[in-house]
Amino acid sequence: MAEKKKKPTPKLDELEKGPWPSFVKEIKLSAETNAASQAVLGILERSYNEKIGHWKHGGIVGVKGYGGGIIGRYNDIPEDFPEIAEFHTLRVNQPAGWFYTSDALRTLCDIWEKHGSGLTNMHGSTGDIIFLGTTTEELEPTFNALTAAGFDLGGSGSAVRTPSACCGMARCEWACYDTMALAHDLTMTYQDELHRPAFPYKFKFKMSGCPNDCVASIARADMSIIGTWRDSIQVDKDAVASYASSGKRDIAKDVVEKCPSKCMAWDAKSLTLHIDNSNCVRCMHCINVMPKALAPGKDRGATILVGSKAPIIEGALLSAVLIPFLKLEPPYEDIKELVHAMWELWAENGKNRERIGEFIQRIGLGNFLEQIGLEPVPEMVSEPRSNPYIFYEVKKG
Amino acid sequence: MATETVKRITDIGPPYYEKFLPPIIKKNYGKWKYHEVLKPGVLLHVGESGDKLYSVRAAAPRLTSTKTIRLFAELADKFSGGYLRYTSRNNVEFLLTDEKQIDPLIERLKKEGYPVGGIGPSITNIVHTQGWVHCHSAASDASGVVKSVMDELFPRFEKMDLPGKLRIAFACCLNMCGAVHCSDIAILAVHRTLPKINTALLPKICEIPTTVSSCPTGAIRPKMVDGKQTVEVIEEQCMFCANCFTVCPAMTLADAENDGISIWVGGKVSNARHEPMFSKLAIPFIPNNPPRWPEVVAAVKNIVDVYAKNASKYERMGEWIERIGWPRFFKLTGIEFTKYHIDDFRHAGETYKRSLHLKHTPAEG
Repeated sequence: MAEKKKKPTPKLDELEKGPWPSFVKEIKLSAETNAASQAVLGILERSYNEKIGHWKHGGIVGVKGYGGGIIGRYNDIPEDFPEIAEFHTLRVNQPAGWFYTSDALRTLCDIWEKHGSGLTNMHGSTGDIIFLGTTTEELEPTFNALTAAGFDLGGSGSAVRTPSACCGMARCEWACYDTMALAHDLTMTYQDELHRPAFPYKFKFKMSGCPNDCVASIARADMSIIGTWRDSIQVDKDAVASYASSGKRDIAKDVVEKCPSKCMAWDAKSLTLHIDNSNCVRCMHCINVMPKALAPGKDRGATILVGSKAPIIEGALLSAVLIPFLKLEPPYEDIKELVHAMWELWAENGKNRERIGEFIQRIGLGNFLEQIGLEPVPEMVSEPRSNPYIFYEVKKG
Repeated sequence: MATETVKRITDIGPPYYEKFLPPIIKKNYGKWKYHEVLKPGVLLHVGESGDKLYSVRAAAPRLTSTKTIRLFAELADKFSGGYLRYTSRNNVEFLLTDEKQIDPLIERLKKEGYPVGGIGPSITNIVHTQGWVHCHSAASDASGVVKSVMDELFPRFEKMDLPGKLRIAFACCLNMCGAVHCSDIAILAVHRTLPKINTALLPKICEIPTTVSSCPTGAIRPKMVDGKQTVEVIEEQCMFCANCFTVCPAMTLADAENDGISIWVGGKVSNARHEPMFSKLAIPFIPNNPPRWPEVVAAVKNIVDVYAKNASKYERMGEWIERIGWPRFFKLTGIEFTKYHIDDFRHAGETYKRSLHLKHTPAEG
């Protein structure tokens, strides 16, 4: 391979300095043995000089039989950067919870170094492993190498996107359901919807094990499944006393005063914490602060919320409560029935590029519930309407 | 190479996660008792069985070479039996059962340039997008801003000295891939100038109805120009969101001189104490200044320092601001309040202050 003269990259070189891990160092590592990565340095330095990006909308590229999983990308100055004239991304469905063995990672590296730039994102925002940059010609071979190794592509476009989950029961004592098992189950159940876009727009599932919501499910998922419990917080009285007497926590100030529903009381004499569980809103603060003493209740499940999204078009939304409490056990028939009803309605009636959250805003949550067969409950609203423009439906005759 | 008659494999989904779990996790799955933060970047989880799992978290850049992934694999082999994971914010975690291996691993990671930290009341990794590295709609670079900000805020990654967790996220345009709209500090790249319409190209590559309906403010109308079907933009209605560009590549908004950075504060996704909330505008515009965006870095550092100095224990940025009130936030940070800070989209009126609950200062003298 002829050694192409490396153009200097003084602006990028500046970003190799400093204590935070440097992405420039990463690109240079791959560039040592890959011409495309070397070209990325060049085009990026150019962007830094010109203060403008040099990538174009991708066309339709993909692998046979799939309508997604690959993002086409081309640069707009291919005469200067021919090595990355085509520089497509493959989304590779991650194992639930992002757990890996060293061998699994090496397998992925072997495939990607052979077929692409060697640059990755670990991971993309939705959760996939991102293989950043290869040619159209290499897409099929990369895909075949991946599936032969037991990996598959993730979702893109107007399809089910790759579900993601927190580490849940694998490591966290607060997991109120098996987030990773559910993520895997939904991913396998909806393979067709994931690989073959057929919806008005994207649809994301995100699974968090508790209301701390470590995968930001309530902000980023069309269907947010967030663990919670129905019964009482479990209290280890001795451990509570220990936190207090050791001086590690000021229970009154750190715990009781911070409770949003004011459902707690602290008896400093007997070192006893009283919790009125009927008024606990399951915010997790007290548990976060005293992990050795408090834990979520035993009757565990999840709250199902729907509709979150980023601003485009009608504005950002957080997911809204659909089912206040649901027990989650495989094969998760309740969830799947709900999903089916929602998809049927939204797929049929949603506008082009209308997320389900915007669809609900447009037709009204009340109508949405009616159509999917869910009874309205007060837990679905922060407050009832204050405006009197009510679409009364008066039965005639 | 011989013609392959192997059946093509599709629709197999991801590998079943169970085969990547270390024995200690399989044994204690769903049966963990409690956890502790032993020191910055090091978690201890104790099972009901008494088993102890140590997680060592190291910063990793989202943009990673396979060579670095191999390094992490090698470190996992040496220190954690080959077992590791990544976090939802792009950090790497090594899953150890031998306590004695923690410090040697930390030392080795530091030596390789991947510092350990990011747990508890700290600033962890900045979730971000592709930026100029790969995105067609970027109004700024992502990795460069992230690197610059984290170089400056680095001590807050290694220590746990903030009142509460502080999550920073970056998006290179309003698509917000990664949903930065609920972060303690969100850094959002923006356009400020009208789309430039390529009239010759537009009818060939854009669907007119889709383009018209892509605009949140209805600023786009069909128009005939020289017998060609194209569109026009009602200038006063355009707020440069670039959704039209997303659906119609012939309408470009990227502008080297006028694109730049906005800063938002006070969002959170967790339910702890306060319900989740969106980030709100703090600074409407700072010009792009690669490679290190010093003005952005200084602005973010200022907000972090003021928060660190004034918030109470456990208070997230948004909770602190809600307690002291937005007028005091602007005063303490010295950030200018402008017309841009006032909402003017749907439901804007709901954010106006419609009560007398104001903090006043007595007159001097």
